[in-house]
Amino acid sequence: MENLTQNDEFVVQESSAPSKMQRRSFLKYAGAGAAAAGMLVASACKKHHDDNNTVDVGSGDIGVLNYAYALEQLEAAFYTQVVATPYSGMSPAELTAFTEIRDHEVLHREFLKAALGVNAIPALGVNFGSINFADRASVLAAAKAFEDTGVSAYNGAGYIISNSTYLGLAGKIVSVEARHAAFIRDLINYNSFADSSVIVDSSTGLDTSRKPSQVLPIVAVYLTTNLTANQLP
Amino acid sequence: MNIFSIIEEIEKVDPEFQDRISPRRDAIKNITSFGSKVAVAALPFALGALFKKAYGQTTVGDVNGTLNFALKLEYLEAAFYNTALNTPGLIPAADLAAFQTIAAHENAHVSFLKAVLGSAAVTQTSQGTAGVYDWTAGGTLPNYFATKDYTTFLIVANAFEDTGVRAYKGQAPFIIGNQTVLTAALNIHSVEARHASHIRTIRRKAGNGTTPKSWITGANDTGFAGIAANYAGEDNTMQGGVDVSALINPVTGAKFSASACTEAFDEPLTYAQVLPLVQPFGVK
Repeated sequence: MENLTQNDEFVVQESSAPSKMQRRSFLKYAGAGAAAAGMLVASACKKHHDDNNTVDVGSGDIGVLNYAYALEQLEAAFYTQVVATPYSGMSPAELTAFTEIRDHEVLHREFLKAALGVNAIPALGVNFGSINFADRASVLAAAKAFEDTGVSAYNGAGYIISNSTYLGLAGKIVSVEARHAAFIRDLINYNSFADSSVIVDSSTGLDTSRKPSQVLPIVAVYLTTNLTANQLP
Repeated sequence: MNIFSIIEEIEKVDPEFQDRISPRRDAIKNITSFGSKVAVAALPFALGALFKKAYGQTTVGDVNGTLNFALKLEYLEAAFYNTALNTPGLIPAADLAAFQTIAAHENAHVSFLKAVLGSAAVTQTSQGTAGVYDWTAGGTLPNYFATKDYTTFLIVANAFEDTGVRAYKGQAPFIIGNQTVLTAALNIHSVEARHASHIRTIRRKAGNGTTPKSWITGANDTGFAGIAANYAGEDNTMQGGVDVSALINPVTGAKFSASACTEAFDEPLTYAQVLPLVQPFGVK
């Protein structure tokens, strides 16, 4: 039995295809049986590119994880830019918080990339032309949109996941996104952390969930890659 | 699969396991006596029955068990915030709207879960003493409602919300693949996380400091040692077989900080871990 905790085996490779070891370890830890492993290998052989500029996330659990990886790529790139070019008047406390959020999102991205291994979709092209990074209101509005959309995407895709380890990982990430969402909302308008724009039905007190087909049009404006999830429900 | 070695393993971490499943160990004796007659394929079901007896919860698919557990936690939270709103002088005016929002959500979660469970729902009066909780958790906390001690109230709220997030997270695998129930649970889970974030922000502002952050750093960042058990395991850095503390942050070219590694992932708690945390308040 391989030692699953040898750190050097999990260092992210520069290439888009991390070592075979990463994928194998992840599957072993997840307790995936031979059937599931076969399914994953099969999906690894599937082309993610339909043409030069279209990326489909794939199907099943790998499809959901790639969908998450795509959203984390977007959030990570956004916050990297926010911290690299702070808006005018960004307070030290805000810079600290945005740096922390950036690190969380970059870590989510790097973790999913390592976990997916050869099954990972390629790096997506981003276009933040609609965001004015010099303006606090523009940045906070975009951050709120990314976080609320991210929460709704994880909430709406959870049921598609069939492996309990993967579901657990999605759960570990989504509540951190919800913490971010509430924090950003409080920066924009104090006490709007869970207002009626996200908890739409006050009689149930439930957050918003969205299907991939509802999320993709929201994020398309920030992508130069044509991201599809044609094999997810 | 060796059921006896499994039970031995459990006993190492839970010495009372055998007493828990049967004071006279009848359950084990029964397994021994019929073990030779049942097919190996039936053993998982036998094990499931054992664990249900031990921890009050079965394995995957026990939807009502999962939802009733959630309902008990929501009864607790709703009563907690209702009591706070009915205690004049406890909540400063600036935070009143936030707690009205949070209380409304918890009461709505109660109504929602009761509606989903129907006649299978546990009653509120089955909790505490005829539905009344002990907010001092058996005398381990000061009587913050009586003394209008907002600081302690916020710490308890902080712990309740973070623990609620962890509890829902721990239940997700039991309702895996159930589009309606899992999605509803996830939609409650993220609301609790929004509450937790805001209550942490209130505490940070009240203290004019930088802690607690809106996200959980390491194991117990609340500044209150008495609730360390609510945060046990939050310092985990092994995620799905990947040691995230070994990953490189391409932005900095260095490994992610220890804080970032634990903040980026919230950790689950099992039913067996959550119950002792809320039993002192009267959750049954």
